[in-house]
Amino acid sequence: MEDDAPVIYGLEFQARALTPQTAETDAIRFLVGTQSLKYDNQIHIIDFDDENNIINKNVLLHQAGEIWHISASPADKGVLATCYNRTSDSKVLTCAAVWRMPKELESGSHESPDDSSSTAQTLELLCHLDNTAHGNMACVVWEPMGDGKKIISLADNHILLWDLQESSSQAVLASSASLEGKGQLRFTSGRWSPHHNCTQVATASDTTLRGWDTRNMSQIYCIENAHGQLVRDLDFNPNKQYYLASCGDDCKVKFWDTRNVTEPVKTLEEHSHWVWNVRYNHSHDQLVLTGSSDSRVILSNMVSISSEPFGHLVDDDDISDQEDHRSEEKSKEPLQDNVIATYEEHEDSVYAVDWSSADPWLFASLSYDGRLVINRVPRALKYHILL
Amino acid sequence: MAAAATAGSSPGSGPGDSPEGPEAEAPERRRKAHGMLKLYYGLSEGEGAGRPSGPDPLDPTDLNGAHFDPEVYLDKLRRECPLAQLMDSETDMVRQIRALDSDMQTLVYENYNKFISATDTIRKMKNDFRKMEDEMDRLATNMAVITDFSARISATLQDRHERITKLAGVHALLRKLQFLFELPSRLTKCVELGAYGQAVRYQGRAQAVLQQYQHLPSFRAIQDDCQVITARLAQQLRQRFREGGSGAPEQAECVELLLALGEPAEELCEEFLVHARGRLEEELRSLEAELGPSPPAPDVLEFTDHGGSGFVGGLCHVAAAYQELFAAQGPAGAEKLAAFAQELGSRYFALVERRLAQEQGGGDNSLLVRALDRFHRRLRAPGALLAAAGLADAATEIVERVARERLGHHLQGLQAAFLGCLTDVRQALAAPRVAGKEGPGLAELLANVASSILSHIKASLAAVHLFTAKEVSFSNKPYFRGEFCSQGVREGLIVGFVRSMCQTAQSFCDSPGEKGGATPPALLLLLSRLCLDYETATISYILTLTDEQFLVQDQSPVTPVSTLCAEARETARRLLTHYVKVQGLVISQMLRKSVETRDWLSTLEPRNVRAVMKRVVEDTTAIDVQVGLLYEEGVRKAQSSDSSKRTFSVYSSSRQQGRYAPSYTPSAPMDTNLLSNIQKLFSERIDVFSPVEFNKVSVLTGIIKISLKTLLECVRLRTFGRFGLQQVQVDCHFLQLYLWRFVADEELVHLLLDEVVASAALRCPDPVPMEPSVVEVICERG
Repeated sequence: MEDDAPVIYGLEFQARALTPQTAETDAIRFLVGTQSLKYDNQIHIIDFDDENNIINKNVLLHQAGEIWHISASPADKGVLATCYNRTSDSKVLTCAAVWRMPKELESGSHESPDDSSSTAQTLELLCHLDNTAHGNMACVVWEPMGDGKKIISLADNHILLWDLQESSSQAVLASSASLEGKGQLRFTSGRWSPHHNCTQVATASDTTLRGWDTRNMSQIYCIENAHGQLVRDLDFNPNKQYYLASCGDDCKVKFWDTRNVTEPVKTLEEHSHWVWNVRYNHSHDQLVLTGSSDSRVILSNMVSISSEPFGHLVDDDDISDQEDHRSEEKSKEPLQDNVIATYEEHEDSVYAVDWSSADPWLFASLSYDGRLVINRVPRALKYHILL
Repeated sequence: MAAAATAGSSPGSGPGDSPEGPEAEAPERRRKAHGMLKLYYGLSEGEGAGRPSGPDPLDPTDLNGAHFDPEVYLDKLRRECPLAQLMDSETDMVRQIRALDSDMQTLVYENYNKFISATDTIRKMKNDFRKMEDEMDRLATNMAVITDFSARISATLQDRHERITKLAGVHALLRKLQFLFELPSRLTKCVELGAYGQAVRYQGRAQAVLQQYQHLPSFRAIQDDCQVITARLAQQLRQRFREGGSGAPEQAECVELLLALGEPAEELCEEFLVHARGRLEEELRSLEAELGPSPPAPDVLEFTDHGGSGFVGGLCHVAAAYQELFAAQGPAGAEKLAAFAQELGSRYFALVERRLAQEQGGGDNSLLVRALDRFHRRLRAPGALLAAAGLADAATEIVERVARERLGHHLQGLQAAFLGCLTDVRQALAAPRVAGKEGPGLAELLANVASSILSHIKASLAAVHLFTAKEVSFSNKPYFRGEFCSQGVREGLIVGFVRSMCQTAQSFCDSPGEKGGATPPALLLLLSRLCLDYETATISYILTLTDEQFLVQDQSPVTPVSTLCAEARETARRLLTHYVKVQGLVISQMLRKSVETRDWLSTLEPRNVRAVMKRVVEDTTAIDVQVGLLYEEGVRKAQSSDSSKRTFSVYSSSRQQGRYAPSYTPSAPMDTNLLSNIQKLFSERIDVFSPVEFNKVSVLTGIIKISLKTLLECVRLRTFGRFGLQQVQVDCHFLQLYLWRFVADEELVHLLLDEVVASAALRCPDPVPMEPSVVEVICERG
């Protein structure tokens, strides 16, 4: 069927920042932030019409600067946070801010016919995460299950927990911690664990992974030399509370059990250059997506260390016995970890990949040349997992 | 014919012996005559009448037949034959008749004289017999007289003879009685003198009689006395037997005597075995003492010698004596002996194994093999004697086990040697270089390692080859002919070693300390070359050598050379790829630091190529030299003479200018993108960490690719001022000037560097490129 074919969307500018609209669970919607030093930067709201295979876009101006990182609030569709570069005479500073998009764009893609000519709408600044004391913002992450009031930002060697107050118009620094050590320590990436009541955050800095308790901002665990070189990204398994995946410049993707940090549970070495992004599928954690500067996106099936190591557990009572029996049989055969597909639609380094928050079988990848590709999990695999 | 004439005559007359017509061929005639005889004597007709024309004996027309009827014959002739044939048969007949006549005449003449002399003899005999008759008559009368006399004498002597006979009987009886009466004292004397054998013999002789007459009181007394003495005798014998000091043969004698005394055999054989056990255990104890940790243990050969002569010899004696003495015991006795031998044997084996285990560490195979040979050889004798105990099998098993362990030991030795070589290489590589004097070159190191490993392998092969030497007693066991050679030596030792070597080498590829490069890159390179050499030549050489030395008769599947070679090649490839990664990483780190730590916005106008770039070129050159020591040049795409390089670089920088020129005329924001995208459409995708080939150019290409891709990614993360961009421009041009010569396809370097400059331009809010000519001047000055 043609609907397995990828859908490609081109942006005019270089782009690195991609996020699904986390709070939206019905429509497939991604946000992309551009990087341009000379022109006004934009945030593209990309709606994907699954049935017609059509992309609708809306463009918001983001005049503050080029966007390095973007994340959407899990509670409010209209709220998002960006990290952006502000260049002021021979100084570059990366700041972070929380924004609200215009109401009509929040959940609607009723693309006005004259969108190209009409002046693009602008984001409304909710609050600025004041980082004058802390340095460059690397990323902003939202508390995954919360009400969109708590965010963590990573600035150079500081990890900052903010409380958004007065309907997000004010950000108060609730607590912070910082890495001390020789050399210039700098966080590259962080993720907020959806487990343990959302009290854990993991960060990557240089070759080390660290876990933090947000209640007292203390370090829980530390995986030294998680990768041979810089760790680029990490992600928590949404279903197994101690499992997390990381990727880095040694071209590897590693899976860790945070209770035993001496050895990775599993290592993948499929990419031929730095792996910039790793993402677990939100519902089927055997599906792992990685994007790399070898211009490839790889979808892997990590069944053996997923929460469903023996296939999908059938618990629907209304399935007939026969089917039940069959699925049991199926679950007996050992499932192999393998690469499901390698997507080669990109021609430049892929710096961001992510799953849709609405459709668990759909994901987007973004390469530096501004190409956004929307792909689906192969049908056969999808049915294999579901049935 | 002649035979026909004799057919009717008596069997006495010699048929057909007489010479016949000379015209007939002799053998044929004889056969015919034989046929006749057989016919006559009723023998099977077929045997004689083998000839197809065998005549029917009843045929009246058969001239030689018994039932010949001349009339019928003539009729037949007249009826059947034409005239000519009749004439022929007539002449033939006449001729035959004539021949017969002459034969008959000869016969008569020959026998005439014989008849006459026979008549004479008969007449003489008649006379003689008549004389003899008279003599015989006289003899008969004389004999009658003699008989008469003799009868008379007998009658007179009859009386006396009977008395003498009786007296003689009484005498004999009295002598026997005397023997009996004397028996107790004799026995006592014998016992006192220690002539136990004699005593036992006496006792044996008297026993039956005493038994028979025991109802008579006097005999009874004797018997009682005897029994007492015998009991004492038996006790003494047992005593001697128990004392046991007098050695196995005497003990055997004791047992023999005791058996003759009618002692219960079962008990005796128990006791015999108990004693034998005592002696053998003593041997075992002395062996164990030799084994003991405190005294300096004698070498293994001596040990097995002691064991062989002491224990095994003793066991042989015991077994032989036992079988001789208790043969009557039947299978139960044999079983007992087998169990006995088995138990002691297993203890002996345990000791030997302990001793052999001590030997495992040692390096001397010949001594061990000789010891094993002695051990095995010694045990073959009792093995034959006590097949049931399975001692020989157990011994063979021990030898096999030792051989296996030995193989394992050699494998470990080889592995240790390999690791030792690696340590040496590491030291050689890490040794501080004396200024101006290069240490041993990589090629030399490689040769050293290869030859030392090869010599170790050969030494091991020679050592294990001892196990299969012809003169060794166990070398013709099936294990040593088959499994030992194929599975043990070939698979276990050689293939195992090559595999473990590959594994060791591969383990360097994924050592945890990736970052620091725990293994020096030169070692990776060297190992990679070593594995490649193994793939091309050494493996097949070693395996051929092994197959020749150990003529493998076993049909079990063995690892083919090709599989092993493929493994070695894979190892070599991985090592080389890892080498590329490590070296690429070193240069990458340098480039990355240089990009990340600089403030590109407020940098000054470039005057020089940055030192880092010079360093990169220097390092790359050093790597080039290093790889060149071990790997061939490899092919690069043609097009590189010095002049072409120059023009190309000029062209390239002008093209660069063309490429990002539009980006600072602010009309079209996407031009840069478009251009670079279009360019990418036509250029191949570059696999950065792609596997490398086994040549220098490919290695260098890999390293440079990794480095430049890193540069690109780092540049994309920064923001550049105008002069920052220009500095990048200068640096890239510099790299281009020097790196092209190392790679297979210089277009690749151009592409990557172009992309770096293009990306830098994109990351620059104020992109004003430097004049290419100025760039060139700066680079040339640097």
